[in-house]
Order: sequence, then C-alpha cells, then structure tokens
Amino acid sequence: MAAIAAPAPARVVRWPRTLPYAILALASLPIAVLYVWLFYSAFFPSVHGFTPIGGFTIDNWRFLWDPLSVPQMRNRPAIVPLTINTFIFAALTSVIVLLISSMAGYAFSRLRFPGRRPFLAGILLLHSFPSVTLLIALFVVLRTLGLYDRLIGVILVKAAFELPFGIWIMKGFFDTIPWDFEMSALVDGAGRLRTWWRIMLPQVKPGLLALGLLSFVQGWNEFLLPFVFMPSGSQQTLSTLVRGILGEGRFVDYGLLTAVGLWYVAPVLVIFVVAQKQLMRIYAGGVKG
Amino acid sequence: MARTEALPVHRESYAAAWWRTNATALLFMGPAAVLVAVFFIAPVAITFAMSFTDLATSTGLSNWTWNGTANYQRMFRSAFVWTILGNTLVYVSLTLAFNVLVGLGVALLSVHMDQRSGGLFRALWLLPRLSPSVVYALMWTWAAASPPFGMINYLVAPVGLEPRFWLQSDPWLIIILVNGFVGASFGMLVFTSAITAIPQDLFRAARVDGASAWQIVRRITLPLIKWPILFVLIYQTMSLIASYEYILLTTDGGPGLYGTEVWSLWAFHTALTNYYGNLEFGYGAAMAAVLVVMGLVISLVMLRVFRFGQLVAEPKVEVG
Repeated sequence: MAAIAAPAPARVVRWPRTLPYAILALASLPIAVLYVWLFYSAFFPSVHGFTPIGGFTIDNWRFLWDPLSVPQMRNRPAIVPLTINTFIFAALTSVIVLLISSMAGYAFSRLRFPGRRPFLAGILLLHSFPSVTLLIALFVVLRTLGLYDRLIGVILVKAAFELPFGIWIMKGFFDTIPWDFEMSALVDGAGRLRTWWRIMLPQVKPGLLALGLLSFVQGWNEFLLPFVFMPSGSQQTLSTLVRGILGEGRFVDYGLLTAVGLWYVAPVLVIFVVAQKQLMRIYAGGVKG
Repeated sequence: MARTEALPVHRESYAAAWWRTNATALLFMGPAAVLVAVFFIAPVAITFAMSFTDLATSTGLSNWTWNGTANYQRMFRSAFVWTILGNTLVYVSLTLAFNVLVGLGVALLSVHMDQRSGGLFRALWLLPRLSPSVVYALMWTWAAASPPFGMINYLVAPVGLEPRFWLQSDPWLIIILVNGFVGASFGMLVFTSAITAIPQDLFRAARVDGASAWQIVRRITLPLIKWPILFVLIYQTMSLIASYEYILLTTDGGPGLYGTEVWSLWAFHTALTNYYGNLEFGYGAAMAAVLVVMGLVISLVMLRVFRFGQLVAEPKVEVG
C-alpha cells in the first residue's frame, strides 16, 4: 500500500503571490505620477521635477475671476463661455448619438427590411474604419452645407463618428431583451414607434446610460474637430484653449496650464470615479481606437 | 384587355404594401442613414474626387480645375516622401509593439491578482484614454520638459544621463510613450475579456499537474487567445497608420523639418493647417486617399476574418 504515496511536491518556481502586484504597480507608476502632478502643480507657484517651489496657492486659478491679469488669457475667449460651449458640444453629441443609435439599433435587432444585411455590414465596417482620414473632405462638406465654423456642424460630425459604435452597442442591448415584452404590446395594437419608446427603451436603460456617458466624455474631450472646423474665437471649446496656451512657446506657465487643464478634465474625472464600471463594460463591449 | 387594365391597380397595391411593411424600418433607420451618407459615404467619395483636382485656398471653392494624377505624381516624387514613409514605419511598428506587449502584460498580471485590485489597475490604465487628449499631452510635455521642470530628467539623473529637453533630443521615445500608454488599454480590455472567458478547469488541471505560472501562460493562455491577439494587431495597425493627434499635440512633426512627421500628419498639415498659408486641399486629399483605401481594405479583411456572417444574422423572430 506504500505505492499510493503522495505525489512529490513539484519542483517548479512559483510566482510569489505579490509579484504581479509589484510589477504592475511599477508599470502603472507613470500614469499615476502624471495625474498626481496635474493636481499639485495647479496649486503651487511652480514645480521642479517632483518638488513644489513656494507655498500652496490658488493664484494659478485667477483665470476664473480675474482673467485680465493673466497675459495668456487676454486675447482669448473667456473661460465660462468656452466651458458652456464644451458642455453644449458634449451634451448635444450625447443626445443625438443616443436617439439615433437606439432607433437604428432597434431596427437592426427587431425588424426585417430590404438592405438590412449590407447596411449592418456597412456599420461594422465604419466601426473599424479610421474616420479621422475624412477630415479634409469633411471640410468641403461643412463649407457646402454652411455648417463650417458653427458648433452645430461639428456636433453633427462628432455624432456621426460615434454612430457606428453606438448603433452596434444598442443593437447588442436590444438583442438581449426577450421578445415577450413587446409582443404583447404589438398584439394589443400599439405602433412600433410607441412600443420602442414606451416598452423597449426602459428595458435598456443601463445601456443608454453607459452609451450616453461615454458619448458625453468623448464629446467633452474632442480636440481635432473643433480645432479644424471652428477656427473663430466665440465658438471654441476648452480643448482649443488649452492647446492655444500650450502651443504658445517653450517657456510655458505650467501653473496656469495645469489649473486650466484640471478645470477641463475635472468633470471627466468625476464621471470616471462615479461610473467606472459602466464605462469599463461598454468599452469592453466594443473598443474603438 | 382586362389583364392590362388590372396591372396598374395591382402594381399600386404592391407599392402600397411595400410602403406599409417598410415604412417602420425607414422611420427607424432614416436618421442614421442620413448622417452616415453625409458624414461618411460622401466624404469618402469627395476625398477621391478632390485628389484629382488642384483645389486649394488659392483657388477657392469655385475656381478649381481637374488636374488628373498630378497630385499623386507630386506626392511620390516629393523630396520628403521617403523620410515620411520611414517615420510612419518607425511610429507604427514601435507603438504597435508597445501597445500589444504592454496590453498583454497588464491583462495577464491583472487577472492574476484579486478581482478588486485587478479592476483598479485596469481602470487606471483606461484613464489616459478617457482624458482629453490636450490635457494628457500637456502632462507628457511637462514630463519631458527641459530643466528645471521635467520629471523624466529627475528619474534618469541617478543613471548619469544629462538633463535635456526630451521632445527635442529623443522625440520618438516620447511619442511612443505618449501613444503607448493610451493604446495599451485597448489590448488590455480585449485580452482581459478573452482570458476570463477561458474555462477555469484548464488552469486548475495544469496547476495540479505542477505547471509553473510561466508554463500556464505560455502553453494554455496564449494559444487560447491567439485570435484576440490577431484582432488587436490588425485593428491597431490600421488605427495607428491613420492617427496623428498625439504627435500633433507634442512635437507637431518636429523637431526641424519633418523630424517626426508621419503620413497622416503630412496630409493634415498640407490640407488643413500649415505655416505657408496656402492650404492645398486637393494635394492633401491625395495623401488622405491612400489612407482611406488602406482603411477600407483592412476593415473589409477584418469583417471576413472575424466571422462577420454570424454577427449580422437576421432577427430570429419577426412580428408583422
């Protein structure tokens, strides 16, 4: 009976349990450092390497209440209208993407119609197509439509760029809803539009929330489209302001820049902390970029 | 006689029937179709059409003429075309390598720890992607800044490296890091969901057999996620070829003339923003047309390779 001995312990080197933590922490350090610096640089007169020079101050933030005392802000549109522009840009992009992709996503999920297959193939194709290559032609499109240098034109372009992703994601959400829900409504004689609005949309609320948040963040962050298609001052967004100050020269006022940058990124950070799970999930569902 | 009279009536009712069954679809699909037509399909056609014209600021939108393949000839005979192709190759290959290897590394490490910490690390890696590109570029510009500011100078000081202005001295290093720390999160997410989908029994069995962690990764995990790896490779190759936003925001193609100018940035500079004042839309469109063709071809290949047929299956049930 001695034959049934316990197997000899394998002589393999195992990773210590803490090793993955150590390696990943080290690899992630640059990201953490960059964001931490953004915070403290915004509240000190100057930061050399990691060392703040001088005491805690809110002087970097005076672009909010006394923009005329900041040389870099003098020839630029005021911060509040720019912030409002950026918010309008992000919110409208988000609303348009939600509305149009939940309609088209519903059609792809539930209706049979001529051209469905090629259209869906086209959406998938555009989902992986690098839309940024179309900027030159879009310049002509916007000029022709009279939408050049207007916020609404850029919003439409941004929404269109987000659409293939949105439609695909919404189709996925509708696909998971069992048929029974709308069947009874349709049998009772409610129209498709009514069924979609009253029965189906409430079923996919988590999906709408996630897609809406993501589109809002994407719109809020957008740089190239406003940079190229809205050159005049009053229509600009926060991204073109930060770019303008950053591009001014080599001797940059990092205190001011990081304060403006933090002002700009703050809403995204709040959304990130509050809705991290939703954003991760929707990103994993169909990553773009 | 009666037959020919009956036909129009029949045809009308057929049209009416078509309308009745498809009006709903048209209503739901209409807005998406319009936006896609105006902002995707038309621009693709316009890019190609424009590339055969001399459209520029100097001609305006009304005085341009067709100039055949002049733009393409000029492009391939440009004194800079080899510099720019070389830059594009360096940028795409090195950033791709960083993205895929680091993405794979973060995915593997984060699934080998407790779920909560793994999720936190992945969230941290997603943060650069969710931040405005200008703010993210600003943080790197600072990190790479010349003394007394930059963080990188303080980090390399113990190794004995001279402090320097990294964007000038080592622009590629900074560009690859800037793009890499954003790009790696793509592979990270794809690989994480692929790895977590592997049945746990396989790992348990391997561990019982005494396999080391490295053997498990090498013999079980990697072979099972080869399709996701291929997907990430193709997808990111294409998006890197077309991308230039972070280069524009950090070196803007410098230092000097075309130091880090890549193909897509060349098109952007030629057609949309340059220091010469004359924006050459037609010439830039020819450069962009090359990218559009590549984008379309690679996207089509991906649709074929990654089992498109299953994804677009007809709805299973259909009511009226």
